[in-house]
Amino acid sequence: MSVPTKLQEPHLARRHRIGKAFEWVCCGSTWFGVVVLGVLLLSVGWKALTWPPAKAKPANNSTATVDAQSTSAPLSTKFFSSYDSRKPREAGILAAIWGSLWLIVLVALFSVPIGVGSAVYLEEYSNEGRLKRLIQVNLSNLAGVPSIVYALLGMTAFVKMFGFFTKDEGKSLVINLLFTTVDVPLPFDRTLISGALTLTLLVLPTVIVASQEALRAVPSSIRTASYALGATQWQTIRYQVVPAAMPGIMTGVILALSRAMGEAAPLMLIGALTYVAYTPGDITSVSDIFKNPHGLLDAPFDKFTALPLQIYQWINHPRAEYAHLAAAGIMVLLTILLLMNTFAIVIRHKFQKSTRW
Amino acid sequence: MSLANVASPLTPPKAGLRLQKQFSWVRAREACVRAMLLGCASLSLLTTLAIVYMFLTEAVYSVTPDTTAFFQDVSLWDFLTDTEWSPQFADKHFGILPLLCGTFVIAGIGSLIGLPIGLAAAIYLSEYAKPKFRRMMKPVLEVLAGIPSVVYGYFALVFVTPYVLRPMFQSLLRIDVDIFNAMSAGVVLGVMIIPTVCSLSEDALRAVPRGLREAGYALGSTKYDVSLKVVVPAAFSGIVASFLLAISRAIGETMAVCIAAGQMPRLSLNPFRSMETMTAYMVGASLGDTPAGTIEYKSLYAVGFTLFVITLGMNILANWVMNRFREVYE
Repeated sequence: MSVPTKLQEPHLARRHRIGKAFEWVCCGSTWFGVVVLGVLLLSVGWKALTWPPAKAKPANNSTATVDAQSTSAPLSTKFFSSYDSRKPREAGILAAIWGSLWLIVLVALFSVPIGVGSAVYLEEYSNEGRLKRLIQVNLSNLAGVPSIVYALLGMTAFVKMFGFFTKDEGKSLVINLLFTTVDVPLPFDRTLISGALTLTLLVLPTVIVASQEALRAVPSSIRTASYALGATQWQTIRYQVVPAAMPGIMTGVILALSRAMGEAAPLMLIGALTYVAYTPGDITSVSDIFKNPHGLLDAPFDKFTALPLQIYQWINHPRAEYAHLAAAGIMVLLTILLLMNTFAIVIRHKFQKSTRW
Repeated sequence: MSLANVASPLTPPKAGLRLQKQFSWVRAREACVRAMLLGCASLSLLTTLAIVYMFLTEAVYSVTPDTTAFFQDVSLWDFLTDTEWSPQFADKHFGILPLLCGTFVIAGIGSLIGLPIGLAAAIYLSEYAKPKFRRMMKPVLEVLAGIPSVVYGYFALVFVTPYVLRPMFQSLLRIDVDIFNAMSAGVVLGVMIIPTVCSLSEDALRAVPRGLREAGYALGSTKYDVSLKVVVPAAFSGIVASFLLAISRAIGETMAVCIAAGQMPRLSLNPFRSMETMTAYMVGASLGDTPAGTIEYKSLYAVGFTLFVITLGMNILANWVMNRFREVYE
């Protein structure tokens, strides 16, 4: 832009000054988020790596204090291998990590087939009719429902099953799987499966909308070519359209799962906020799965805790050490989420580069 | 099949007669798959029905004769006008006003911070920023949007209150700042809605065609004039819709507010005191393990219903604004 002079217009210089100031304000606003993110990470990270300064201790247990001081930081290898404890310096997130892992796996198992199936129906089968419009409007409204309302729904529908079954009756559904049986308690009560189903309801709208966008981006020439070769509609979808839309679907699913991973409120109302000193199905390592394969089937019906819940519990604790444990838990959670986000971005990038149309 | 329909080989089939489909396994599979996918798609309708059924039976009118719903015990008038919310005390009051007040004060502070910053960032990204900068910034904003709200609550509690609010207001202006206060919750809520506002508004701004901008330049406008007086008004519907969606998210936000603002229902406008929002009440009530059937338990549904109605109303309004006032450019 040319240098404004008085010859052109009397106010032009001022207008340019205003414009420059406006640009700086906008630029500052853009950086604001980055700065907050940086401050957040630094303050949490610093807390995660230090213990609070020790107060003056009575002399008789000074040796214990020295021992406690020698543990390096809240975020250490021990933090990953121990359960929550009443002694803050021995507490860890083993139960929470396995709980979160189970949740994510179950949510993915439920939400991916249902979500992609819905999207396929809406995009490929339904014509522009009243039903499709109804479902679309419904989806956009469901996406805006606060997570706490889903939590209420989960509590009513899964934990208590609308009162159709009562806990005292101790009813359970025994499913026979040829070689073994699964004992499904009715109602589900405060178990992993209730939490996973609630989170599934929560992320389904996101998964469906993302999958729909991915399916819509597949050009119709792919479909017509497949039909021309004699494939049926399902064959076309199964072997052409869905594989072509897979990267987009994956990106949407990973982002939705990372959202589910950070949600605490729904799990809280389900009542998962209890002291849990075991992992679902007693599986604490991969080798346990082979030692006790039945644990895999029992795990969904175990009580559980999850990372955001454990963090909330520590935040609410009055002792100062727990605030630092919470920070350590947050660092673990953020690392996992960041990895998931990066993975999604990488997939999208690859997809954008290698698109064939 | 009647006799008249059986076409003899001599008479050609009537024009209206359909071709008869032969049964084949492929066709059966196609129909099966289609029905299953329809089942998946209608699950979202089922979710909505379940939500409505839950609120109707637990809050409005109970279907089972031996239990009562919330509004059968507490009159709607008391619920809306009573100025006290004390379900845990012996003298129970169920006035939603303190919770509504907390919700709107905190969401208001969040909007005052988040909406202008988000819009300014959107204007910068769409009008001023170089494409490279934009490509770099977008993922950062996505990360910001992906941070769980528990983390924001913790941030408000251990950083915003002691290192930002207390030095600013307590040391300089001599205003008492509680450990749990509405202000810190509002500040982090503002940060949380920035990505929503920014990405939705930016989409609206970028949808404004180049021609409008160039016409502005041709008339001698500066970039500032074009951005603020041409592009922003042209994208107004999208921006308003993004604002409404962000506010509705702020109202429904749970964990950050619950951690940062505390759980003290209070009908006041002082943002430096502890306040309770509707969402925070629901979390707090569920922590105490309230037994089903008690009035405290049913109040969960009444509060949830209020929240649901408010956020649904705002979302519908946002969609309506988007469709009604959208400028369609060729």
